[in-house]
Amino acid sequence: MKQNRFWAWVVFLAGAAYFVVPLAATFEFSLRMRRDYYSFDSYASVFSDPAFQATFSYSVVIGLFAIVMGIVVVVPAVYFVRLRMPWLRPFMEFVTLLPLIIPAIILVYGYIRLYNSSSIIPFTGSALGTDILLVFAYVTLALPYTYRAVDTGMRTIDVQTLTEAAQIAGANTVQIITSIILPNILVAVLSGAFLTFAIVIGEFTIASLLNRPAFGPYLQNIGANRAYEPAALAIISFIITWGAMGMINVLGRFAPRTSARTD
Amino acid sequence: MAFLDVSKLTKSYGSNTVVKGVSFGFDKGEFISLLGPSGCGKTTILRMIAGFETPSSGTVMVDGQDITSLKPNQRQLGMVFQAYALFPNLNVGDNIGFGLKIAGVPAEERRARVVDMLKLIGLPGFETRYPYEMSGGQQQRVALARAIAPRPRMLLLDEPLSALDAKIRVSLREEIRAIQRELGITTVFVTHDQEEALSISDRIVVMNAGNIEQLGAPHDIYNTPKTRFVATFVGQLNNLDVTVADPVARTVSLDGQIITVPNLPAGISANAAMVLTVRPEVLSVGQRPGNDVTLNGTVEDVTFLGSVIRIRVKLGHNVVSLDTFNDQRAAPPQRGEVITVTLAGKDLLVLAN
Repeated sequence: MKQNRFWAWVVFLAGAAYFVVPLAATFEFSLRMRRDYYSFDSYASVFSDPAFQATFSYSVVIGLFAIVMGIVVVVPAVYFVRLRMPWLRPFMEFVTLLPLIIPAIILVYGYIRLYNSSSIIPFTGSALGTDILLVFAYVTLALPYTYRAVDTGMRTIDVQTLTEAAQIAGANTVQIITSIILPNILVAVLSGAFLTFAIVIGEFTIASLLNRPAFGPYLQNIGANRAYEPAALAIISFIITWGAMGMINVLGRFAPRTSARTD
Repeated sequence: MAFLDVSKLTKSYGSNTVVKGVSFGFDKGEFISLLGPSGCGKTTILRMIAGFETPSSGTVMVDGQDITSLKPNQRQLGMVFQAYALFPNLNVGDNIGFGLKIAGVPAEERRARVVDMLKLIGLPGFETRYPYEMSGGQQQRVALARAIAPRPRMLLLDEPLSALDAKIRVSLREEIRAIQRELGITTVFVTHDQEEALSISDRIVVMNAGNIEQLGAPHDIYNTPKTRFVATFVGQLNNLDVTVADPVARTVSLDGQIITVPNLPAGISANAAMVLTVRPEVLSVGQRPGNDVTLNGTVEDVTFLGSVIRIRVKLGHNVVSLDTFNDQRAAPPQRGEVITVTLAGKDLLVLAN
């Protein structure tokens, strides 16, 4: 027993070191902007850069739109597949996995070909149009995660009986989804939302090729031209991503409780 | 015209027909049970009345209105499900008030109705509880309140007691019946439990394999079953192998003893073998006024059920089971004991197979 635990710790520490050592080194490096002693100068430099604030808030706004858009697309789709067309599920699983298989670069070149300024739907002809296209792209990129999160959430509730109970009480489909289904899978939806957010904040390829002032291209630009700030930015990005992941765990505690009792 | 009128209702899934042209009509305020084994089509009929399934053919009329092609949310019906199906995100008050809110009833009126409903189901002050905080019986009562709060034209109950423990099941069914009587609401109750159907209903529709076997009041169904299926599905039944003695005098021979059976159909040839059936409580140990047949038998087994004792007796080559009340001043019969069993010839049933 004791022996087993010893080796378990060794393996755990070796694995942890794999993640922690580069992170600690990056953090240590980010503190060395001022010669001979540690300081947070690099962080101060990052936060005071107006381009940081502009690109970061741009990405946050795009991320929020991508989350809302993702919910509007995915929740009704999963609901109807579960309720009316369960035979479509394997197909849905496959389609939602495609963004993991097809590189973002191919997606964005496809977009540019289809929606360029001389096409029938010239999304890229204006800044707003390009922003909309960017939101669509991020919804697609996050699809593998949002679909699975929402699908898992719906598995925990009896979608069919709840739907019928609401229907017989007079509710229509929109009322059922907004007042019964969505609130009951909110935790799952939010965990999908945080994953979407984490993806959008650091995304480079699509934002760069659509030439939008997002946080990802900004990170790349700083990384190529500065010494200490990239390390500080890497740490900041880590904290944001981990914050999003942590929120998913916290939310898990508020998942709906089962009420199946026989007494 | 009946309040609920189901006419030639049929439902097929591909080549599999689960409801085969069922028709019945019920009056306002009746408590109706659809009784039958699983797969007999009773739940499908209820779901067609509710609008969750579309009939292959046939119509459903409620209060003179053809609702066959209406959506469930346009039918103004209330329904209680086996799995309670309370909305987990809403508290009790909002669950009960859900239908009223959808119908656009103002908040004040809604609150008042919720208070009334909670009083009716015996859970006053439960407004702010959540479903997971309540027992199954309490949840199902809230589900009942939710179904009747919008004052539906009819109440549909889909095996509402099946998920509950035995004790709760009995007390809740009495409560459901009392509430139904108080409101006078026409109710359709689906169950596979014959005791439930017998105890709660004004009339019962006994179903088998997509057809109605018999429709009638509980005592009709039990006392004069029309088919062997009804007789065996509703209550216990004994079979007696006999041979016809005299078709004209309506007598049969049971192990050599001649018995007059008033129910014997005409046109049977003498010496034909046939099976008579008899309910366990019709047989009595020892003499009883009105019993004209006396048989001697050996006790094979005794099952003590509390207030009732069930005895298996070998009568000639037939084995029957009979029920007697427990007598606290006398010991139950012993196995192997020889006892006298009497019955009335008019209580013997001849059932079509």
